[in-house]
Amino acid sequence: MSTKTLEKVEGQFETFQILNEEGEVVNEAAMPDLSDEQLQELMKRMVYTRIWDQRAISLNRQGRLGFYAPVAGQEASMLGSQFALDKEDWILPGYRDIPQIVFHGLPLYQAFLYSRGHFEGGQIPDGVNVLMPQIIIGAQIVQAAGVAMGLKRKGKQNVAITYTGDGGASQGDFYEGMNFAGAYNSPAIFVVQNNRFAISVPVEKQSAAKTIAQKAVAAGIEGIQVDGMDVLAVYAATKQARERALAGDGPTLIETLCYRYGPHTMAGDDPTRYRSSDLDDEWEKKDPLVRFRKFLEGKGLWSEEQENEVVEKAKEDIKAAIKKADAAPKQKVTDLIGFMFEEAPQHLREQLEEYTAKESK
Amino acid sequence: MAQMTMIQAITDAMRNELKRDENVLVFGEDVGQNGGVFRATEGLQKEFGEDRVFDTPLAESGIGGLAIGLGLTGFRPVMEVQFFGFVFEVFDSVAGQMARMRYRSGGKYHSPITVRSPFGGGVKTPELHADNLEGLMAQTPGVKVVIPSTPYDAKGLLISAIRDNDPVIYLEHMKLYRSFRAEVPEEEYTIPLGKADVKREGKDVSIITYGAMVHSSLKAAEELEKEGISAEVIDLRTISPIDIDTILESVKKTSRVIVVQEAQKQAGIGAHVASEIQERAILHLEAPIMRVSAPDTVYPFAAAEDVWLPDFKDIVEKAKAVIEF
Repeated sequence: MSTKTLEKVEGQFETFQILNEEGEVVNEAAMPDLSDEQLQELMKRMVYTRIWDQRAISLNRQGRLGFYAPVAGQEASMLGSQFALDKEDWILPGYRDIPQIVFHGLPLYQAFLYSRGHFEGGQIPDGVNVLMPQIIIGAQIVQAAGVAMGLKRKGKQNVAITYTGDGGASQGDFYEGMNFAGAYNSPAIFVVQNNRFAISVPVEKQSAAKTIAQKAVAAGIEGIQVDGMDVLAVYAATKQARERALAGDGPTLIETLCYRYGPHTMAGDDPTRYRSSDLDDEWEKKDPLVRFRKFLEGKGLWSEEQENEVVEKAKEDIKAAIKKADAAPKQKVTDLIGFMFEEAPQHLREQLEEYTAKESK
Repeated sequence: MAQMTMIQAITDAMRNELKRDENVLVFGEDVGQNGGVFRATEGLQKEFGEDRVFDTPLAESGIGGLAIGLGLTGFRPVMEVQFFGFVFEVFDSVAGQMARMRYRSGGKYHSPITVRSPFGGGVKTPELHADNLEGLMAQTPGVKVVIPSTPYDAKGLLISAIRDNDPVIYLEHMKLYRSFRAEVPEEEYTIPLGKADVKREGKDVSIITYGAMVHSSLKAAEELEKEGISAEVIDLRTISPIDIDTILESVKKTSRVIVVQEAQKQAGIGAHVASEIQERAILHLEAPIMRVSAPDTVYPFAAAEDVWLPDFKDIVEKAKAVIEF
């Protein structure tokens, strides 16, 4: 009897897909309403991000960037979901989710400063509703439940979206955040980017659940599993979750099935220790850029020339951003003391004095 | 003026702030219709509505995340952790997140959050209700830690805590909730955070303390008086940051110090207070700074509280030891 119950549950979380690996529309009814320009913009962002990822890895190896978690392979998952948002929506990113906050308005040079470990990386410009990348896996999920509740109470027609990975779905905060948003019927979207590995641990070792999307059942909220290498499916699922949230129908958990082509981070992780080249090959064929390129070419909306323009633009932007990051003033202890409290307590005033004297030598 | 217990003064402070600022939200487990497990939020939901005073699911970490998110969207959350022994569940939200919000955003965001939570021994609570964990919080850069010992202090300090634009951990000693009444002004007033209070003036020995130990210290001072020893009792009120000026003023006057805490010797903030004094006033000291604290074991089984918790006799003994050194 228990087996039957499980099958019944799992049967409700079939993968939602619009474009197959050949760039053919396999689910016409679900096609999102996007203009030609919007479709091209989506492709531009994915290409831009792929180049940025390549450059970031290389800049990291040169020692010109610090902490960096590669994103190649996850462009559809990251950018398709962000594309469905309104400018006023809030993003609570994980440490890998830099592309979403950059396309939401964080200047690229600040993303680089974040990577290097400079406070200017966290000084989000006014009107850009994003948090700094969250290092504690799961913390962004409970906080998103709070932001979503706040938006609803302030009468805003906006949602809070947050991202974690497949490993993150094992955390207590993952469940608590979804459950709180469900209990308060808050406008939140929880995205789990399932790239099959949490550093070296395969998703099968995280849980016996056949999908992550079905974990929505525990919170009593909607859940959907999406082909995370299909930008149109990710966009459509996020858009729908957003509309449902704003209509007062509560939060949604979206699981995107994707893959990171690179290592977990640039801090010495070597994926050949735990991933087979067969698996890499299998996922190379699912590359979100390849299938969307084919789709757009079929519609006469994309050419090699356009792609090269994006590549050049990305390279120029990155060069300029790195230059701007280089120009940021070196951090001083007195800066750091200044960011602790609105008003420094006595011990910090004393230390401020001490370090001001040191810094003026 | 009205006669209030400490818990009434706490409720009064929240009522005041709920009335004054529509962004103040009070939430936690059973704080709504039930009015809190200690009646701290009694009547507040009825007066201000379910939008302002509400219950949460039973998950401390979620409550902390909720407070952080609400703080980011313009609210001023007053969250309750039912017993501070449960803080471990929400340690990341408090120490890993809200404490660091202003810093990690380079001043862009902040967490105007008050974390209210009961703690403290002497009332035979079950496991992990009474533990004195304030030392953990005092070691966390980015939060202030407040521990009132009287109804008057409780109200003024809680209003200040709620109005503070950075996170404040506000710890309420369970034994002090209803142990006595005192005059509390009905109108609003504030007590600055980070300011100690001399609860009794004296000239022979400084007793620096906080929480329930303030009252044990006052009782010890009475006993010492009978033997001709004049003890000054300083109630820190805020244990992070500590009010070093008030401490030093007293130490320079008495030249002898004991630091009294209910927490285990390896915990609390006694070591920090002692260290600050020796660094800043060693030439004024006639004797080493000694500490009264609990033994370094896990908080006692309820029936062992009487033999484990420090009491006024321990304070008298230690005060004599520094006098006779």
